[in-house]
Amino acid sequence: MEDAHTETSADYIVHHLTNLHVGEGFWTFHLDSIFYAVILGFLFCGSFFMAARRASAGVPSGWQNFVELIVEFVDTQVKDSFHGSSRLIAPLSLTIFCWIFLMNFMDLVPVDLLPAIGEAAGIEYMKVVPTTDLNTTFGMSFGVFILIIFYSIKIKGTAGFLKEIFLKPFGKWFFPFNFMLKIVEELAKPISLALRLFGNLYAGELIFILIALFTLSASADSIGQVFANLADPGSFGLLIMQILLGLVWTLFHIVIITLQAFIFMMLTIVYLGMAHEEH
Amino acid sequence: MSINVTLIVQMFVFALLVWFTMSYLWPMIRQAMEEREKRIADGLAAAEQGQGSLLKAETRADEIVEKARVKARDIVEQAGSQANDIVSGAREESEQERQRRLESAQAEIKVEINRARDELRGQVAMIAVAGAQKVLEREIDSETHRDLLDRLASEI
Repeated sequence: MEDAHTETSADYIVHHLTNLHVGEGFWTFHLDSIFYAVILGFLFCGSFFMAARRASAGVPSGWQNFVELIVEFVDTQVKDSFHGSSRLIAPLSLTIFCWIFLMNFMDLVPVDLLPAIGEAAGIEYMKVVPTTDLNTTFGMSFGVFILIIFYSIKIKGTAGFLKEIFLKPFGKWFFPFNFMLKIVEELAKPISLALRLFGNLYAGELIFILIALFTLSASADSIGQVFANLADPGSFGLLIMQILLGLVWTLFHIVIITLQAFIFMMLTIVYLGMAHEEH
Repeated sequence: MSINVTLIVQMFVFALLVWFTMSYLWPMIRQAMEEREKRIADGLAAAEQGQGSLLKAETRADEIVEKARVKARDIVEQAGSQANDIVSGAREESEQERQRRLESAQAEIKVEINRARDELRGQVAMIAVAGAQKVLEREIDSETHRDLLDRLASEI
């Protein structure tokens, strides 16, 4: 975005959707995704740890109250849909919910704010929403997938797990079909988890970018030019449109980011619950 | 938009976060919450128990007050009857005393009357003798006619 006047809409969009990366091929690191994911992870852990350290059996107040509200909420969800006993699943759900919510929340930060700051600091590309990066969403969903496999084997035993893979649902004479079906069934879980989250957030981000396009051509180099642009009825109308649409989409998006975090958490609980049950 | 090593990094970050939450955050927060839950439950139970014992104490207090009231009434009644007894006893006694005094006074009066009568009799006899002496002029000697005079006196 060195020269806003010559930048086309396509350039702007592509620029916004490119990660800051180092490395080649498979060994490419998306530094911005990792950076924001880690920072937000720290934010989650740090803020919750503050409440946890001061947690007492006395009357809770302020932040501790809020943290306990979320913990209670997650705990209720887990108890409602998961009937085994596990030390892992409730903390896992809490982590998923809070971390995804925070990463999604980056979507509500004005699209150009952080990239512009980064640019001023010499960072060329920046995607601030880690959940619009497939690597992040798949990272989480594969983590969940590994846990599903782990618990399936742990609860049913290796033999039981193999039996379930090869002998269900059609009996032993169709074991290749059973196996293929099972593979599809199991793989569908992490893939759907990751793609659902990614798709929603990517689309949301894209719409924010498109809304930002309204006044892209009216970019100004000086304060005087800003006022000159505002005097022009056409640009003024576009500005109003952008503000209105941005507001509406932001309000709507608050629901989406919370919902997506919740869905990811709920499905994780359900999948792990299924892994715990004998068929 | 491609899958690359970032995925591994994000998985690692995710695992780290989950580990931290599971080891520290969750147990700490849950423990505080459970402790509070227990404390609240204990408090409620204690309150209920307190209310129960208060009710019991109230009934007991009522019973005691009722008993005291009955006792007080008994005492008052007893005192009343005792007072009546005392008053009636005193009345009887004073009546008896009065009777006794009356009787002794009457007896004394009777004795006095008898004495006076005897005296009078003697004097009447003497007067009679003196009169007779006057009439008879020495004809009758008081010494010689004593038995006659005594008979006269006892007839009066």
